[in-house]
Amino acid sequence: MQEKLKLVINKIGIPRAIIISFLILLFVGAFYYDLSIQMLLSDTLVRLGMNGVLVLAMVPSILSGTGLNFGLPLGVICGIIGGLISIEMDLEGFTAISVAMLISVPLSVITGYFYGLLLNKVKGSEMTVATYVGFSVASLMCIGWLFLPFRSPELVFAIAGSGLRQTITLSGRFDKILDQFLAFDVAGVTIPTGSLLFLGLCCFIIGLFLKSRLGIAMKAVGENERFAVASGLSVDRGRIIGTVVSTVLGGIGIIVYAQSYGFFQLYQAPLMMAFPAVAAILIGGASTKNAKISHVLLGTLMFQTLLIVALPVANKMVPEGNLSEVARVIVSYGFILYALTQAGGGE
Amino acid sequence: MVELNVKDKSKNPIGGKIKSALFNNIVPILFIIICSLGFKFSGLPAAYVVNELVARLARNSFVVLALIIPVIAGMGMNFAIVLGAMAGQIAVVAVTHWGIVGVPGLLLIMVLTTPLAIIFGYMTGKLLNKTKGQEMVTSLMLGFFANGLYQLLFLFLIGTIIPMNNPVLVLSGGIGIKNTIDLAGTIKYAMDNMIKWNMFKTMAYGGAFTALCMFAYTGYKTVIEKNKIRLNSKPVITGIIFILISVMGFMSMGKKSPFVIVQVPVGTFVFITALCLFTTFIVKTKLGQQFRTVGQSMHIAEVSGINVNKIRLIAIVISTVLAGWGQIIFLQNLGTLNTYGSHEQVGMFAVASILIGGASVTKASIWHAIIGTLLFHTLFVVSPYAGKNLLGNAMVGEYFRVFVAYGVIGVSLGLHAWKNLVKKKK
Repeated sequence: MQEKLKLVINKIGIPRAIIISFLILLFVGAFYYDLSIQMLLSDTLVRLGMNGVLVLAMVPSILSGTGLNFGLPLGVICGIIGGLISIEMDLEGFTAISVAMLISVPLSVITGYFYGLLLNKVKGSEMTVATYVGFSVASLMCIGWLFLPFRSPELVFAIAGSGLRQTITLSGRFDKILDQFLAFDVAGVTIPTGSLLFLGLCCFIIGLFLKSRLGIAMKAVGENERFAVASGLSVDRGRIIGTVVSTVLGGIGIIVYAQSYGFFQLYQAPLMMAFPAVAAILIGGASTKNAKISHVLLGTLMFQTLLIVALPVANKMVPEGNLSEVARVIVSYGFILYALTQAGGGE
Repeated sequence: MVELNVKDKSKNPIGGKIKSALFNNIVPILFIIICSLGFKFSGLPAAYVVNELVARLARNSFVVLALIIPVIAGMGMNFAIVLGAMAGQIAVVAVTHWGIVGVPGLLLIMVLTTPLAIIFGYMTGKLLNKTKGQEMVTSLMLGFFANGLYQLLFLFLIGTIIPMNNPVLVLSGGIGIKNTIDLAGTIKYAMDNMIKWNMFKTMAYGGAFTALCMFAYTGYKTVIEKNKIRLNSKPVITGIIFILISVMGFMSMGKKSPFVIVQVPVGTFVFITALCLFTTFIVKTKLGQQFRTVGQSMHIAEVSGINVNKIRLIAIVISTVLAGWGQIIFLQNLGTLNTYGSHEQVGMFAVASILIGGASVTKASIWHAIIGTLLFHTLFVVSPYAGKNLLGNAMVGEYFRVFVAYGVIGVSLGLHAWKNLVKKKK
């Protein structure tokens, strides 16, 4: 019995075992405090659709060998620009969100290409450099948001007449458009069919891509550079492809995120966008060298459930302060640190 | 290739020297230009800027100096100095709670910070030894992670597990420390106000004293160690420069000048100078030699019988303790403790400062730290005004300096990684 338990823990890994037991404890707490489990489950599903694509963006970058994509804010900014243009064009509904995505893709491809070139120049320190590239581009865009020539009164500061607002409301544009598409109730749990379907579609496309010739070449580069060179593959090209796909997913991801959240957040908001996504895929079982689509789904589900359930339970336990926020910080950065220690170096 | 070029340049003496000096100091030179442009467009009076800079140099340079030793030991920029800052803040809260004020309070805080920072530094070092080659991203993430634990301590453990009955510090519900703690009645200016002179007096006496030290050092070298006197040696030149500064100070003392408003916290600067001397000294000891060996190549260090992990651990512990003290200096000058925010940006600002001063991931000196702090904070003082005057929006300057901080770190880390890659390929 004990050995069996050990085997199971070994298989899922100690940190994940801790998270799972923590989750079970939280659910017990939720029952104890008589919280609505249906509500919690509905919220979790919404959050899965909301964050899934952003987390999925980690897969190509990890597989192509550039490690965790801490430069996700680049893609996020492209996505936001796409969204803003679609509002500026005064579009609504599905047209608005599709145009937003369509505009974001070429932007992300260009950004991702140059970002990939940069990452090829800094092999071995991608994660450190990427973090600061993300930070600096996000803070440069703070100046950009002040001066970009958008005119729509929904976007710019009412008093100054220029400069984009801190948060841009999407109500009347594409607020919750995917979440509510074909949504239905099962035993009190609302299923956000549209966003789950969209996440499924993205996962499917990435899955196909990974099985295609291009995807296999990219994975080979990430797995073993020398082997890839020996079999005539261009290492730099493989890594650029991974970075481009990751950036594009980041752009689409933020649009999906925004439709569910109801707002675009500008200025400092994209700065820290990469970390929750990184934490989620690591919780799902990925490492800095290996990631699967199942890791994305599992990780997002676990991480978001943790956040959703922890909030009300923690508030019942300690009415003051924001214990669940603190728990989020500790869990997400704890996982990132754990993954870094597993990545090697050392003795 | 790069090394070859440098050698070629050194063949044609003066032109090559100037060229390589320019090339090696391109970052500080660039920032001197940006800062002077910013100063020009800000329209601020020079005396005001100088006064601000003196205060900010006293407030911030200690933490920046804390970064040097890990760089020498080859661990890159230690973003985890945030943990040292946290140790300092924990001590500040404790001593404020006990109600010990003034200089004794300050001393007690420093004494209390030390063991805490040693423990934090030890754990940081252990972690960084497990992630060799990725120290910087690890120390950055560790800073974020530790911030979570810090919030857990101050928001939830105080009042529940740790009893603390103090309505001034604790939130009205009885759990958690307040957002801002006023240090005005306790340790504000405890160090700065020990000795406070105006600028000319400081120039006169400080310059005279430094010059005296330099000449005494040269005298010691010639008389005791029987070295020849060389008039172009470093201490002699420095001594002469400081005599000039001192004379200038004495001459301007009685005169009316806008710069009279510039107040210098001499006590703090003495403490900072002591740290500079300590750093210079430790680099020259056997331990310093070991730091350098480990920094150059862990493998060679291992072969020559150095316990690499232990040396790295010591470097980080020293850095963390210094950062803790640095944060205390920062707080006693600022006068308010922003419980959940004061430490957050310490790492980023300190690293940006030293890089702007011309340091790199593998090379850092005291002068990089001091010059970098000066330039970075000039940018801090002038950029909002310059942004407002140039573009009609004060926020531009604000965002610009944040961008500069992140950008300079990004570019410098990127360049370093790129150089390494080129070297490896050769």
